[in-house]
Amino acid sequence: MHALAGVSLEVKQGEFFGLLGPNGAGKTTLISVIAGLARADAGRAAVMGADVVSEYRRARRLLGVVPQELVFDPFFTVRETLRIQSGYFGVRGNDPWIDEVMHHLDLASKADTNMRALSGGMKRRVLVAQALVHKPPVIILDEPTAGVDVELRQGLWQFVRRLNREGHTIVLTTHYLEEAEQQCHRIAMLKAGRIVALDSTRNLLQTFSGLEARVRLDADWPPERLPAMAGTVVAYEGPRLTLRLESARDLEGVLAALRECGLSVLELELQPPDLEDVFLRLTGRDAR
Amino acid sequence: MSGFRTLFLKELLRFWKVSVQTIAAPVLTALLYLLVFAQALEGRVRVYEGVPYTEFLVPGLVMMSVLQNAFANSSSSLIQSKITGNVVFMLLAPITHLEFFAAYVAAAIVRGVVVGLGVALVAALFVPLRTEALAWALAFAVLGAALLGALGLLAGILSEKIDQLAAFQNFVIMPLTFLSGVFYSVHSLPPAWQAASHANPFFYLIDGFRYGFFGASDVAPALSLAVLAVSLALVSGVALALLRSGYKLRT
Repeated sequence: MHALAGVSLEVKQGEFFGLLGPNGAGKTTLISVIAGLARADAGRAAVMGADVVSEYRRARRLLGVVPQELVFDPFFTVRETLRIQSGYFGVRGNDPWIDEVMHHLDLASKADTNMRALSGGMKRRVLVAQALVHKPPVIILDEPTAGVDVELRQGLWQFVRRLNREGHTIVLTTHYLEEAEQQCHRIAMLKAGRIVALDSTRNLLQTFSGLEARVRLDADWPPERLPAMAGTVVAYEGPRLTLRLESARDLEGVLAALRECGLSVLELELQPPDLEDVFLRLTGRDAR
Repeated sequence: MSGFRTLFLKELLRFWKVSVQTIAAPVLTALLYLLVFAQALEGRVRVYEGVPYTEFLVPGLVMMSVLQNAFANSSSSLIQSKITGNVVFMLLAPITHLEFFAAYVAAAIVRGVVVGLGVALVAALFVPLRTEALAWALAFAVLGAALLGALGLLAGILSEKIDQLAAFQNFVIMPLTFLSGVFYSVHSLPPAWQAASHANPFFYLIDGFRYGFFGASDVAPALSLAVLAVSLALVSGVALALLRSGYKLRT
């Protein structure tokens, strides 16, 4: 039984990369291999050229990982936790950066609070801060917004986008497809340990999802008398018609066919492509 | 080296924050042993020539405290980190297996020696203590704590649950320390039990430590030190190999 099989993938420097897939697809295993938490039976992983096994010290200095599990050391306060994590990475006198990270993650008021006394969302923020103490050029966020309120989510994305703009490479796994759609430049979809899609977010949406066009006609028209059109009619209710199009180019043909029947379009609404459709089509099951 | 330094300081801070439990409680336990055994056995057990039983007992109790607390420190710290999952923060960091080992063992030595000192200082209020060869006592305390610290680390690596660790502590560490001659001189035992005691490595730790106080021991301190050094090398070798392979820490 292999959690991963034949995954070959390169994330470019400075990219905001999404790793999507249903539970058990192998996302966390892949991250664990990169982070050195798990050893692959075969194959090789490297962070900015540093092999995660033979050059593990360099690889780990280049990498910041936000683990999925909400783990913490109950003996320490937030600031102590971040100082200790800095020390593990050989960063001393790190308080100015620790203060900045705490400020951006809205943790400053909790600096001297024991980890045990924090809410789940606050603990999640500390996990993010811990991954950033050594200013790693590559940051992996494994489900960073699982169980997190809207306010933190927005604050977190703002901060992560800023880090990305400043040149940090971001790899994100998430169950929230709209997040991946909003944040990621490129996406890999995993299913049962294999990559089933790997492309830019835009291409994935165009290739797999198509467009949905909702049309209101000026007359009630029997569906059997509609002309053959580019695009599939998915719903027809009185004068309201819903069509699935391969791309926006098909729209002209649809409108022309309707005109030939003497029908005019009173309203036209185009539904943008949705990553969830792509995801469902590729993984063949509900993602949430 | 920074990984070692931080991990070592973190381990010290960890037991210091709960010092009532990690320092005061074991000192009190040792003093209760001293009180009860001194009361029950003083004048009834023959130990070294010219050494009263209570005076003989104190170094044994000090060393027992050193050993048990060194073991408790590394083993409980690691198992707690494994169970709560926060061991991941150390595993994600560029800490070598040698730094990891050294930090846990060094912190175990500090905890063991601090508790031992506490027991000695409080005992000295009631019992006169002589120190014929203090350097030997110090060497045995530090190396003995290192051995138990390494053993604790090993137990912490191998255990997956608290009760597995507790079994190791109750069925291996406790009997070996209790039967190591803390409460008696093995010379007073029947020959078969004397031989059995000599097979217990902890006996050499207690005996060598006691030599530092009385200048007298059941076996030559150099032999005890050799047994201790070999045991330490063996246990450290196994612990380092497991840490290096990531056994039960990395999947």
